Amino acid sequence: MNSLILTTATRLLVALLLVFSIYALLRGHNLPGGGFIGGLIGATGFILYIVATSAAEARAALRVDPASVAMVGVGVAALAGLMSAFVGQPFMTGQWLFLFAEPGEKGLPLSSVLVFDIGVYLAVFGGILTLVFALEEEI
Amino acid sequence: MELLLALTIGILVACAVYLMLDRNVIRFLFGLILLSNAANLLIFLSGRLTAGAPPLIDEGLYAPTGVVANALPQALVLTAIVIGFGLLAFTLALVYRTYRSLGTVNSDEMRVAEPVAQEARR
Amino acid sequence: MAEDYPKVDRVMGGVAGLISIAVPAVLFLYFIMLAPQIAMDAQVWAAEWVPSLGISLSVLMDGLSLTFALLITGIGTAVTLYSAQYLGDHPDYPRFVSYLLMFMVGMLGLVLAGNLITLFVFWEVTTIASYLLIGFNADSAKSRRSALQALLVTGTGGLVMLAGMIILGSVVGSFEIAEILGSGDMIRAHPWYMAILLLFLAGAFTKSAQFPLHFWLPNAMAAPTPVSAYLHSATMVKGGIYLMARMNPALGGTSAWFWILVLFGGFTAVFASVLALRQTDIKQVLAYTTLMALGTLTMFIGAGTDYAIIAAMLFLVVHSLYKAALFLVIGIVDHGTGTREAPVLRGLRHAMPLTALAAALAAISMAGIPPMIGFIGKEFMYKAGLGLPGLGAAWVTVMIFAASVLMFVVAGIVALRPFMGELAKTPKPAHEGPWPMLAGPLVLGALSLLFGILPSTVGFYFVAPATRAVLGMDAEVHLYLWGGFNAALLLSVLTFLAGWLIYRRHEAIRARLAVAEAKAPNFDRGWDNVLDGLKALAAWQTRLIQTGSLQRYMAVMFATFALLVGATLILRGGMGSGINYDAEGVHPIQWTVLALIAMGAGLSTWTSSRMTAITALGVVGIGVALLFIIFSAPDVAITQLLVEVLVVVLVALVMLRLPHLPSRAKSGFRAGHAAIAAAVGLVTTAVMIAVLQTPFDRRLTDFFEIASYPDAHGRNIVNVILVDFRATDTFGEIVVVVIAAIAAYALLRGAPGASPTPAGEPGARGEEEKA
Repeated sequence: MNSLILTTATRLLVALLLVFSIYALLRGHNLPGGGFIGGLIGATGFILYIVATSAAEARAALRVDPASVAMVGVGVAALAGLMSAFVGQPFMTGQWLFLFAEPGEKGLPLSSVLVFDIGVYLAVFGGILTLVFALEEEI
Repeated sequence: MELLLALTIGILVACAVYLMLDRNVIRFLFGLILLSNAANLLIFLSGRLTAGAPPLIDEGLYAPTGVVANALPQALVLTAIVIGFGLLAFTLALVYRTYRSLGTVNSDEMRVAEPVAQEARR
Repeated sequence: MAEDYPKVDRVMGGVAGLISIAVPAVLFLYFIMLAPQIAMDAQVWAAEWVPSLGISLSVLMDGLSLTFALLITGIGTAVTLYSAQYLGDHPDYPRFVSYLLMFMVGMLGLVLAGNLITLFVFWEVTTIASYLLIGFNADSAKSRRSALQALLVTGTGGLVMLAGMIILGSVVGSFEIAEILGSGDMIRAHPWYMAILLLFLAGAFTKSAQFPLHFWLPNAMAAPTPVSAYLHSATMVKGGIYLMARMNPALGGTSAWFWILVLFGGFTAVFASVLALRQTDIKQVLAYTTLMALGTLTMFIGAGTDYAIIAAMLFLVVHSLYKAALFLVIGIVDHGTGTREAPVLRGLRHAMPLTALAAALAAISMAGIPPMIGFIGKEFMYKAGLGLPGLGAAWVTVMIFAASVLMFVVAGIVALRPFMGELAKTPKPAHEGPWPMLAGPLVLGALSLLFGILPSTVGFYFVAPATRAVLGMDAEVHLYLWGGFNAALLLSVLTFLAGWLIYRRHEAIRARLAVAEAKAPNFDRGWDNVLDGLKALAAWQTRLIQTGSLQRYMAVMFATFALLVGATLILRGGMGSGINYDAEGVHPIQWTVLALIAMGAGLSTWTSSRMTAITALGVVGIGVALLFIIFSAPDVAITQLLVEVLVVVLVALVMLRLPHLPSRAKSGFRAGHAAIAAAVGLVTTAVMIAVLQTPFDRRLTDFFEIASYPDAHGRNIVNVILVDFRATDTFGEIVVVVIAAIAAYALLRGAPGASPTPAGEPGARGEEEKA
């Protein structure tokens, strides 16, 4: 699409959307959001980029093959599930580490659940972009 | 409201089925989109409707106060939407690819696997 | 047949031959050592296999199993030794012995199994191994047909029998044979007894080739001769006999059992003997006498008296010895002369004296002439027949008399005539067989003689324990060669006289039988008709159901769904009392959203414009998202909105490259489809209403609400369910998304006319996918 306004605005918007997608991912455990939504927002951002410029430029901007991103996502999710094996618990049992925790206060929570959600984010993001790139480039 | 929504689901399903019974695979595709929307609503409605109380736990509490919306069907529907999208995208690719290879979007003319001639010989 | 293959340089079958001989030989010695112990008492060993279904890998070892096991391994040794010479230079010999050993394992498992299901599994192993062996000469259409016929007949019988086993197992409450044998009275009194009996007999009769399911056995002679000797005389076909004998304590003793077995067995015995006379190929002659033996065994197991069972067990041993020997002899004759046609073969004793000796020993036993064990067998059969009550005595005695006379004749045809007189011209100049082929028949023939002289040994170690196992109680077994002057002896003498008379005229009789046979119904051809009928049925059904029209498949599926679900709903009273509808609680916004959704759906269905349809679908999607917002599902609503955007973008993108929709005005309104669509929609609404009326089960929801923060440290319950409580599900789902994406990618990459692959990608991907 040859719209100067769209092209210019897109550069800003894509960055904004990507940041927002990560924000949605991170807040997902306590407020609406999460891996699925984050991944979708991120993918939408890139699709906007494709629409505004071209598939080739968007691919260049992404730098990595979206299919690889999706695969890495699945792998990360699987690894997150396997973490529980180290403490002898069943697959996908959430593991939590509370940094700076005080009584009554959970501090900064780090967890395998968050890692899993990141895996979901990457899988959805990469999967959808794989699809969109395929449709854009091959048709 | 539940009854009305059930009726709406029925309308969605009926439209979807009518579209899916078409020879034209593009219409079939539209039917699929409607059907996946109907299915999502159906799961959602089975968990009952609650207005104005999202399933979130307020800061400082350990459990939601009062009645909140049923979280389980929401989780199910959420993944169903994403999976439905995957299915739809795949079907879309399939329709496009079929059109490219066979030059038709009419399912009756897609006879590579079950050719008509072979049937006559049997 | 044994000659026309490219020979391979392999002495006695090489390593494969060595293994194939050693395995049965070692097992045979092992079973021999067990004999004294088993002669005293039965043994049971058990190991768990599928405990949840009551299936164990138990072994039941008693006189019956041991007798069979010894026959299997003993004759197995003779046959494998013979095969190493006979087929050792065949290119596919290793494959052949693999099948043979597989068969042996199946057969041993069958007779040693202590559990019905285990027994069935091994039963099927023998079926499959026999299929492979009969079809060993896979180049020949006849072999393939025979193999398939044997597989289908015995396989079907096996499945029917499995049904019987399952019913029996549920009646008794256990699949352990030992327990089933102990509950005989309960089984016989059970209302399902008749069903169990008939199902079991279907299995036994197919395997043991009883009339009218006998036709596969003569055809199975397409197999190499050692296979015929082993499977179709000594072992596999006795599987059915074994089953009947084994089940006698549980199922036997009723008048149904008596009459079914006695009538079918007797008829098969005589019918087969007459057909044996008709044949000119001596291998076929023997094949039919095998049927006769199986019929006789069935008849005596059915008769069920002490003497009858002794006679059956004795005859089992007798028959296996002489029949295996004769089959092997015929293999030698075939090998040495190049023909098996009875009219051509004369005076072979000059060229092949040792073969003649083996044949004579076996044939004398077969004819029932003293001092062979065959004579004792026949005496006991007459004795058992005469000892039966009432009508049974007459039937059994007459049948045995007829069969024995004909056996006498056949023994003459097979083993006397080809060896006596002047040496005739044969396709190949007759010559003696090598020792590995002679060893088996000579040893088996000698055993027939040895057992005849020492009947009490056989009686003590094999016949008595086996009889005990079949009867389920003790029986006095005293075998003797000379029983004094009595009715049985008189019948024996009559048998010899009648037999001699018929033998003198057998060529004329054969010619007349050949004329008669041409007019009689042919079971083999009947079988072909059945198969053709099945194929025609399948073709018709395929034409009817599998039209290849997607539209029709969908219509059938949707109509079935509407019918089944709708009928269930009505019949089970799922509709309940109807719902109380309160319209006042519905906010105008909700009305509007629902109306938007319904209108969007209708528009997308009705329109002929692609862009209108996509827009209408977008309206539906946004409407659904609004519903999610109204009813407190923010996560779902966000997802729905985002996906809706993606769907519209992608569909619009693809639509540009696809043809326009056909005009609705032209294609018209399809009333039938509309009816199906309306029905499915109606049923869906009805189900939904029915669901809404049922009390809502909040247990899971309550758990998630309570456990979400304390256990999983999350305040967004939906997300906690997704990534923690049901994380494995979610994992599966992202895998599906990724697979769908990659599959779509692969589909598009291979599309003809697709643009070249982008830089950095390996080229020519499209070519790979097409190939």
